[in-house]
Amino acid sequence: MPEITTHHFLVVSFLLFAIGVFGVVARKNMITVLMSIELVLNSVNINLIAFSYQFSDLTGQIFAIFTITVAAGEAAVGLGILIALFRLRETTILDQATELKG
Amino acid sequence: MDFLVANGAAILFYVFAAIAVVSALGVVAMRNPMYGAICLLTTFLAVAVLFLLRHAEFLAMVQIFVYGGGIMVLFLFVIMLINLHRLPEIRLFGRQSPLAGVLAVILTVFFGWFFLQTRFGPANPSPEKLVSFIDAQQQVQRLGNSQAVAWDLYTQHLLPFEIASIFLLIAMIGAVVLGRRL
Repeated sequence: MPEITTHHFLVVSFLLFAIGVFGVVARKNMITVLMSIELVLNSVNINLIAFSYQFSDLTGQIFAIFTITVAAGEAAVGLGILIALFRLRETTILDQATELKG
Repeated sequence: MDFLVANGAAILFYVFAAIAVVSALGVVAMRNPMYGAICLLTTFLAVAVLFLLRHAEFLAMVQIFVYGGGIMVLFLFVIMLINLHRLPEIRLFGRQSPLAGVLAVILTVFFGWFFLQTRFGPANPSPEKLVSFIDAQQQVQRLGNSQAVAWDLYTQHLLPFEIASIFLLIAMIGAVVLGRRL
């Protein structure tokens, strides 16, 4: 069995990234869109960790910590927006939030 | 048994990479967001194992605590609060989903073509640098990944660390303001 290289991790990473981007663009439910954003951020973390190992440099792991911080803040604010939208329109379907439609 | 011992890391990688990708597909495909959240939790735990395989032990634990604990509880609470049973049955994907599928395939092909033909960095990584740090007397200390990350974080990256704390404060205030009753 061949040795696991950085390329193996990159394959996992861009598969998760593509799935996450598809979820963000295609799904109508805002909860699923937020979860897909978490998938995208997680795939970036895989990249950072893989290259941190490849170059034997801890900076990638430090950056992954900051990415996790930003993901936590993004989840909190995004779910706050979701609650506000649900109070306003009684829905989480993004197509039904048409206040700004001309 | 010898096969398992010799190829343990590779087997762990393939198993947990497959779990991560399949449960990520589950996040996107599930109709009920509750099942999507469970799939997302599975993805997070599988990715934490991938971190362990690349000598990021501290990050793997942070992944389990912050994603598997904090963010997942946040999602589950919100799914509970908005009471999904009242949501009408609608189509899962919007009209733009064929375009999104094309976009995802293009991203996969582009990244695959671009990454897999590139040779990165040194041929032989030296992971011992990930578990050691250089102290004030310029001596190399070997303690562990957590100490190495902490040493790097609090000496080389102190300003981004403080900015991250202010960012978290702003996010907390924003979430409270958005979530209060008007």
